[in-house]
Amino acid sequence: MDDSVVIIDYGCGNVRSLSRALSAIGVNNVCLTSNPEVILAAQRLILPGVGSFGHAMANLNERNLIDPIVEFALNGKPLMGICLGMQLFFDYSEELGNHVGLGLIPGSVKLLRVKKESGSVDKVPNVGWAPITPSTEGCWTGTILEPLSSGVYTYFVHSFVAKPTLDHHVLAVSSHNGKRFCAIARRNNIFGCQFHPEKSSLFGLKILKYFIKQ
Amino acid sequence: MRSVRVVARLDIKGANLIKGIQLEGLRIVGDPNEFARSYYQSGIDELLYIDSVASLYGRNNLYDIVSKTTEDLFVPVTVGGGIRTIDDIARLLKAGADKVAINTAGIISPELITEAVRIFGSQCIVISVVAKRTKRGAWEAYVEGGRERTGLDAVAWAKRAVDLGAGEILLTSVDNEGGLNGYDIHLVQEVASNCSVPVIASGGAGGLRDISQVIEQGHANAVAIASLLHYKKSTVSEIKAYLLKVGVCVRPVVTESY
Repeated sequence: MDDSVVIIDYGCGNVRSLSRALSAIGVNNVCLTSNPEVILAAQRLILPGVGSFGHAMANLNERNLIDPIVEFALNGKPLMGICLGMQLFFDYSEELGNHVGLGLIPGSVKLLRVKKESGSVDKVPNVGWAPITPSTEGCWTGTILEPLSSGVYTYFVHSFVAKPTLDHHVLAVSSHNGKRFCAIARRNNIFGCQFHPEKSSLFGLKILKYFIKQ
Repeated sequence: MRSVRVVARLDIKGANLIKGIQLEGLRIVGDPNEFARSYYQSGIDELLYIDSVASLYGRNNLYDIVSKTTEDLFVPVTVGGGIRTIDDIARLLKAGADKVAINTAGIISPELITEAVRIFGSQCIVISVVAKRTKRGAWEAYVEGGRERTGLDAVAWAKRAVDLGAGEILLTSVDNEGGLNGYDIHLVQEVASNCSVPVIASGGAGGLRDISQVIEQGHANAVAIASLLHYKKSTVSEIKAYLLKVGVCVRPVVTESY
């Protein structure tokens, strides 16, 4: 089985750990590229992302990567977004202004608002490990996460969250100071993790493996 | 419930893991990569590497250690010690670090902080506040690995660092560091209540109750532990089991493999 993965290189993401994580789960054919043809021809595509939404979209635009990514998504092959990469799948974000995204999953990206716990100050960004569980719409049966136990901890570091318009596009949720947010968004072949699977130890690597092996 | 991170702090000199008391009197403990791997396998939430002499000698040899760590340890890694320029930060992030901790350079040139946040994002930029008690019951910020005074109030500096864009505060107590007698709870309380970003408490963990205390009373979001782990007085599993028992939410330890 062809296990190859293409990671999009657009100057917005530390890809070393991601490459190493893929290697750890047995995927050695990993290509980091900003070449639109290679991206379109990929068997599987990963869009990483660290930084700000507007900056990331500008970088994708500069490198003429928006169309290839959208076309890849429409072709139905597996596409994964990580952290900011996941947020870019949506229609727009309110981070540092109002920025248009890739429009692959209906919804928007907004600031994570937290309830004050008594005696402590609201803390943003959300930094740390938190459990992910199936959304209220259903469970993970019939999805690539089927073998995963509910409640595994993954590592989050973000100040903004994606809000899919349609409930059935929320595959997993987590919470920060009592406020629930979308941890994994999924629409057909498009799969987005708000957390960093490549920094989430055992379960993060399992999630990567389930995405690759689907 | 908010989960707290248990962070292993590894102070580095050259290729060695070292440990000191009050950030001085360095003693070689062993190979940092071996210790890091052991902590990773036993469920540590994050690794923090501080180059303890970089600032003094103008060197920064964390690059190799970070590279090696991120080969096959898949948890967040923060590095600090002698980081002076945007280029230093870029190199370390490229080598695999998720976050950088900046102390001296940020105090000398606060504009470095804003620039770094603008380029890399605040989630990558941790400001390291090294604090020592003053006679008047406050704390002064120290630089150069805790060796030099700045005349700045540590709590005020931490607040300012957050205004400049810091994503987290790494707070080290010089007085309690290496003493295995507990964290400086009041220091952590002051900073945690005045800063809207997560605070990592460092310096003084000598026993399990010290750790729960700095979380429950100090309101630390993460606890950095050095001597207690490196001298094998406790293990990551014991610490987490204890915290869960007393009602602190932490990521459970799992012993499967992939």
